[in-house]
Order: sequence, then C-alpha cells, then structure tokens
Amino acid sequence: MDIVIINYGAGNIKSIEFALARLGYQAVLSKDPETIRKADKVIFPGVGEASSAMTKLKDSGLDILIPSLIQPVLGICLGMQLMCESSEEGNTVGLGIFNTAVKRFNQEVKVPQIQWNAIQDPSSELFNGILEGDFIYMVHSYYAPLIEDTIASCNYGINYSAALAKDNFYGTQFHPEKSSSVGRQLLQNFINL
Amino acid sequence: MITKRIIPCLDIKNGRTVKGTNFVNLRDAGDPVALAKLYSETGADELVFLDISATEERRKTLANLVLAVAEQINIPFTVGGGIASIDDVRLLLRNGADKVSINSAAVKRPELINELAATFGSQCVVVAIDAKQIDKSWIVHLVGGKEPTSIDLFTWAKEVEQRGAGEILFTSMDHDGTKSGFANEALAQLSSMVNIPIIASGGAGLSHHFTDAFIEGNADAALAASVFHFKEIDIITLKNELISQGISVRI
Repeated sequence: MDIVIINYGAGNIKSIEFALARLGYQAVLSKDPETIRKADKVIFPGVGEASSAMTKLKDSGLDILIPSLIQPVLGICLGMQLMCESSEEGNTVGLGIFNTAVKRFNQEVKVPQIQWNAIQDPSSELFNGILEGDFIYMVHSYYAPLIEDTIASCNYGINYSAALAKDNFYGTQFHPEKSSSVGRQLLQNFINL
Repeated sequence: MITKRIIPCLDIKNGRTVKGTNFVNLRDAGDPVALAKLYSETGADELVFLDISATEERRKTLANLVLAVAEQINIPFTVGGGIASIDDVRLLLRNGADKVSINSAAVKRPELINELAATFGSQCVVVAIDAKQIDKSWIVHLVGGKEPTSIDLFTWAKEVEQRGAGEILFTSMDHDGTKSGFANEALAQLSSMVNIPIIASGGAGLSHHFTDAFIEGNADAALAASVFHFKEIDIITLKNELISQGISVRI
C-alpha cells in the first residue's frame, strides 16, 4: 500500500504521517507528480489560508494534477475546501471537484469554530463503523454548504458538510488525524477503499 | 452543536512537567509525553504545553518534545512559552503542533499576531493573556505574571481579536493556584465582547468550578493543570457531571 501525503507547504502534515504510522502505514510525503500519480491512496492536507495555499498548488502544477487523479484521494480541512469550486476566503478559485462555493460562518456563532462536533447522517463507506453522534475535531472559519455530494454533516449555527464524496474524491472538514479513535477509524476506512 | 472543551495544561521546564501555585514553587508532575498520551486516552479534548524553561537550548528541546508528543497522541495540542517569531511558529507547527500560544511577545509587538494569522491562519494562533484585578480593573501582566503593564484586559482582548487571533486563553492570576473557581465575571464579559473562543484558566479546584465557568462565565473551554495531574479530578467523571448539568461535551 503506497500512501502519498501531498507536501506543498501547507499545514500540519506531521500529524497525518504519525496517524498513519499508528495504523501501520509508512506514508510518503511528496509533491512529485509521478510519485503522486502512482500512489494507491493520496491524502491532500491543508491548514492555513485558501488563496496562498492555491498559489502553492499552482506553483507546482498540482492544481492540474489533483483533479486528474483516479485513485482514492482524501482532502482534509482546507484540502477539502480547495477541492470545491471556490472559497470566499481570499476570493479563491478552487479545483472544482465538488460543485459548491465555500462560505464564511456568519457572526451568530464564534468564528473560528474550534471544538469537537457531532457527526450527523454519515452515509458512505468512509464512515463504516462510525455512528451518528460520534465526535470529530473541527477547527475552521469557512464551510462547504450541504450539497448532493455531502456524505456527513455537522451543525454550527447551520447544517454544513462535514464530509464530501464524488467518484474517487473524498473530503473531510474535520481532522481525522486529531479526532481520536473516530478519526483513526475513518483513516482506516479510507485506506480500505 | 456546541460542545465545551476540557483542556489539561502541562507546564514544561527542561523537558519535564511542572506546576506551581501562583506561578512559583514548582512541583514535578512527570514525563510530558507519557502524561499527554494518558490524557489523550482518558477524555481530554485538547492539550496545552507551556514551556517555562529559560535555557539556551529551549527552542530545540521544545521542538523535539512537540515531535515526540505528536507521534503519540491523536487529539489537538497547543504549544506556548517564549514564542516570538514566525520562524519559532513554523518549527513547532512543522513538528506537529496544531496551535501556538503567544503572550508577552504579542504585547511587546502586537503586529506579531497579524503576521502569524496571515502566514499560518487564525485557527492556529492562540493569544494567552495573564491578568490581575487591581482597583477594580483587570490589568494585563507579562513574564508569567510577574511584570504588570498599563493595558486593560478587555481592550487588549478586543485588539487581539481584530489582529487575527483565533482564540484567547485567559488566565486570572488572582484565581490561579487557589482552587476556588474561575474568574467567571471577567470571563462572561470577555465572551460577550469578542467573537472568538475563550479558554478559561486559573482557579480550578472542584468539578462545579468547571460548570460555573461554562454557565456563568460562558467560556468555550476550561483549562487546568494540577487537579488533573494529581488525579484530584478525573476528566470522564467531570464530563459526566457537566452533562448532568445540561452542558454538552464530547464523551
């Protein structure tokens, strides 16, 4: 099992690497197109600001490569948001995999959302063994609305997408690598795809 | 859903966990990595590491500790203590920290908050504020609470939010180490003034102090050290009590 974590200079990838190591998988960190293309599974992380992360993707041609991948791809947090059409953050044009626009939470709730939230309506093999009401760790100011590709939701003032899936592409707004045993299960499910 | 967070704080000196009363008289409470792992498996929602060492090697020692912690635990953690530059933060985040906490350096050069938020995102910038009530005013203190400033807690809190802080860790020096409860009035005022999460710190002694911090103080999270380190309060028991009081927590 070759797992590649896309290393484009955005985010806390060490924690993802360690989370996979605890499951017994040695992931490769890379931004080399050939290495990524040949991997069995690709993880697309991201923490930080959308427009600068998108610039980094473009600088290494990853904005073209990622949507063309055919193996299972998991975008995490900002990674998932960048897989959408666009983001209000920095007026960013995204990779266009998920057909939705990422929006900022309104001021009726504290922004960023930093807390453990409860999963609602999990409906994908990515959530095998994960139950309605299980807690996952969220830290974000922007969200993807509920769309056809939504495979789990959370509520924070409004209901929004906790996870998305379309063809071979998956995304989680939460951090599985920081979501204790529930996150561990989700990563194992992704590897099992 | 809104859930409140319970956060054990590990004060670190030269790679070991210590906790003092009113910031002095340190006591050794064990190995930080072992403690972190134990907490991650027994209900803690998040961890905070505050480095209080003052050695030349502190930067490297702390970075190595962060790496060792990240390898072992699968819940978020924040690292603070002596962080003063973008490079300091980059090293800690690269080694697996989720958030950094800045304190004195932000007071001395508030632009640091803007720079960190722009470089790494607000979600990983926690501004820690130590304050003490003097003649009815809450005054910000520096250097682990030793050095008073002329800055008002609430004015400063508003400013750090505007500059891009993602969270505020407020420690009441009047309550810290007393085990008599959190500074709930000040917490409630903070929470009504800013729209970023507030972590309550200083004063935890009994389970109901946490209930009060969440209900009266409207805090988003509560942090404590010795009551957890010395097993005076068990986090799962505490969370069950919080649930019985109608407060949502992860269990």
